[in-house]
Amino acid sequence: MTDPGLDGRQLARRLRERDLRAAPSVLNLLESDSVASREQARELLAGVAPSELGGEAPGHVVGITGPPGVGKSSLLARLISEWRRRDRSVAVLAVDPTSRRSGGALLGDRARIDVDPGDPRVFVRSAAAGNRLGGLAAATRAAAAALSAAFDVVVIETVGVGQSETEVAEVADTVAVVVQPASGDVLQFLKAGIMEVPDVLVVNKADLGRVAQRAVADLGAAVRALGASDTPVVAVSSLPPGSGIDELVDAIDAHRARVDLPARRRRARRMHALADFVAEHGERGLRGLGGRRETERWLAEQDPGLDAPALLQALERRAQLG
Amino acid sequence: MRTYAGHSDAMRSNELYRRNLEKGQTGLSIAFDLPTQTGYDPDHELARGEVGKVGVSIAHKGDMRTLLDGIPLDQMNTSMTINATAAWLLALYVVIAEEHDVPQEKLQGTTQNDILKEYLSRGTYAFPPGPSMRLIADTIAYTVQHVPRWNPINISSYHLQEAGATPVQEIAYALSNAIAVLDTVRDRDRGRDPDLMGSVFGRISFFVNAGVRFVEEHAKLRAMASLWDELGRDRYGVQDEKQRRFRYGVQVNSLGLTEAQPENNAYRIALEALSVTLGRSARARAIQLPAWNEALGLPRPWDQQWSLRLQQILAYETDLLEYPDIFEGSKVMDGLVAELIEESREEMARVAELGGAVDAVDYMKAGLVESHRERWRRIESGELVVVGMNRFTSTEPSPLTADADGGILVVDPQVEAEQKAALERWRAERDPAAVGAALAELARVARNPDENIMPASIAAARAGVTTGEWAQTLREVFGEYRAPTGVGEAAAIPSEDLADLRDEVERISEVLGRRLKFLVGKPGLDGHSNGAEQIAVRARDAGMDVVYEGIRLTPSQIANSAAQEGVHVVGLSILSGSHRQLIPAVLDALAAAGVGEVPVVVGGIIPEADAEALREAGVAAVYTPKDWDLNQMMRDIVALVAERNGITATA
Repeated sequence: MTDPGLDGRQLARRLRERDLRAAPSVLNLLESDSVASREQARELLAGVAPSELGGEAPGHVVGITGPPGVGKSSLLARLISEWRRRDRSVAVLAVDPTSRRSGGALLGDRARIDVDPGDPRVFVRSAAAGNRLGGLAAATRAAAAALSAAFDVVVIETVGVGQSETEVAEVADTVAVVVQPASGDVLQFLKAGIMEVPDVLVVNKADLGRVAQRAVADLGAAVRALGASDTPVVAVSSLPPGSGIDELVDAIDAHRARVDLPARRRRARRMHALADFVAEHGERGLRGLGGRRETERWLAEQDPGLDAPALLQALERRAQLG
Repeated sequence: MRTYAGHSDAMRSNELYRRNLEKGQTGLSIAFDLPTQTGYDPDHELARGEVGKVGVSIAHKGDMRTLLDGIPLDQMNTSMTINATAAWLLALYVVIAEEHDVPQEKLQGTTQNDILKEYLSRGTYAFPPGPSMRLIADTIAYTVQHVPRWNPINISSYHLQEAGATPVQEIAYALSNAIAVLDTVRDRDRGRDPDLMGSVFGRISFFVNAGVRFVEEHAKLRAMASLWDELGRDRYGVQDEKQRRFRYGVQVNSLGLTEAQPENNAYRIALEALSVTLGRSARARAIQLPAWNEALGLPRPWDQQWSLRLQQILAYETDLLEYPDIFEGSKVMDGLVAELIEESREEMARVAELGGAVDAVDYMKAGLVESHRERWRRIESGELVVVGMNRFTSTEPSPLTADADGGILVVDPQVEAEQKAALERWRAERDPAAVGAALAELARVARNPDENIMPASIAAARAGVTTGEWAQTLREVFGEYRAPTGVGEAAAIPSEDLADLRDEVERISEVLGRRLKFLVGKPGLDGHSNGAEQIAVRARDAGMDVVYEGIRLTPSQIANSAAQEGVHVVGLSILSGSHRQLIPAVLDALAAAGVGEVPVVVGGIIPEADAEALREAGVAAVYTPKDWDLNQMMRDIVALVAERNGITATA
């Protein structure tokens, strides 16, 4: 399994045909660093670009993030079963916060997302985060772009507050930040502007009763004060019998319905290209392009149908010209 | 290979008990199989290969009736090794006693009923911590009132040391556990019964471990006794000194027994037995000694007799029992005890800060994995000497092991089929309306935290409800739970120790294109996860990406994870003896999931004959306790992945 013969074009075709069984191979290819694999990965992403699909990929990319210990995984398990109840296929990209001190990583998140192994329409893949808490794994952006061609819902799960939802927001159509009652951090972060207002705020452990109701009220007030009255604050409980999951799925759907999806996806591809460029050429490379803001501006002027690898190539050509 | 006939089903166990009673035994000790311990019926997918294996399968009151047939329950002292489902097994016992016209007040016995060590080490939990504590508190409150001669809980720190606990951790976690139980009982009673805490405190007993560092181990027991007394007096206001006495039974350490030169274990066991008998003021009330060859497989009757003789020599030949406490006034012992007490207090304070033992499960689990890792590191580096294993390893051929057959528990596979068929008949013949009503009532009581679960459980037992139905009803109310694995928090090994191994992992990963990814899986109900955890942590330290999902996975869950995660190799760990059923089932599931080519390695207590059969079935390598060098195992696994992917080995 040096993953031989992972053919990017063929995998793209399978994704376009919504063949969910292609998912493990797609991830194996996108995670691979070998020169041959990277060429195939470019083929794959080109094969699921809007130009090939005749529009943006149909899947809904949902980011779920929040501080450690708020119960994201059990919430996610509940969300998955609700999405399945609504007959949607779900792919989960679980980014494990474990740092790579030794190069290796323990990927334990999967254990806490209880899914039916006999259900072929649920896919869960874990990966170690990059160097930062809450950072995405290298292949996550590409995987989200690819899998959203085949799955109805693609979830990116990360840990952290602050950096993580910024990075997830670059990839996801909808970002849900999960907090637990009586954790003041998020409220403070929001007020201080350290944290962008997410698309959906979720107060988990609503079974805590009055504490939870207060958290919902406080967050709602903070969000309105910041002028983001569109952001719903949903209280959920993952403990049986569970509550609020329905409303949360509706709120996530409602966000998707009102967001300018093509604009968000274009931005996701640009940020993906930019992240890959920085990973490859560093901040020095970026300065060669005139800095981050200038590069973002330049990317925004490019053909909106270009996929991330094509944008990266454009950046690299420009860097050489400069 | 021998057949372990005794414990498979209720009828065979009953025959065994009656034979033993005829020989003058006055008590029963009931071991249950893993499905009964974790609340699954024999026909549940997870029960596969486990029915009747490590104990008797009790699926309903009919099984309990057969098990206790002809046994005078008014005279019996019955000890049940049961935890997550203790309330249920106690309910079944009460109902059968009722049929024998023996009132509950007359029943004597013990339910182990200690859930925290199940999360931390032994793995046979069924429900999340909060509801589990409630079940424990309910059985305590119920027995104190209605079954006054019953010992409702036996707090077991034994399993913590097996999981790697240091003496301080063993003391601190066992006592924190006791505090969690006692607080729950107190809070649920809300001061209605002023004498409650005294009678409950007096009924709590402990089950501890004794390792080969026997001076320190003795000090540990003195420290526990002293802290326990203080706890009763200061925290729970127990006035009666007798009620505050630290009562404990002991099983000496299995962790330190070696597969290499196993005859040395006989000495280790003797020294360990001293640690719990030397000083009268902290002497065990009951001692169980393992057999010298436990690390090899199932002990023969002669091996067990050899262990029994050790106890008899200690008791009848030596002068051990003739003196008052021989450490009284010993500066060294007092100093050691004081040190352990101080450190244990600090650790207990840390657990308390995290909200008590229930909320600190993750913390304690991580602490145990870390201690175990450190212990293993010291053995590998030679800092910790284990004679015959990492030092003084040359040996003359042993006449003792020459004809040892290394047998393991083998249950007639018929038992599982018979139990399933019998269960089907049971379900068909009972009154479905009564069962439905009893389960509805059980669910109602479970949802109401102010009610005691016991009466509804007893009514359900009477109505013919099965073990799986009782547990499933509670799972639906309480939720499912996966205990923390503790591996994520384990500190990394200093890189210089592993430099070569890491280089090789990097090299192979580069050729593979992505990082070498290793799935460590524990199929079935066996909850002994210490080995799997250490493998997972070491593989991470060696630079691999490791997917470890904890215990209790079905073959299809493991195969599904292997396929979705795109792993390069799968490692399976089984210690319950069900490898013959479960490993081939995982291989089939991997093939069905389209990843049949991924190599599989297996670790566990596996006799050579079985290992050969597993290799023939397609397992790439089999590891047993003699393969204690984890780095060598890692090198093998890396080489295996390289070979399967056509990568040439380094020169």
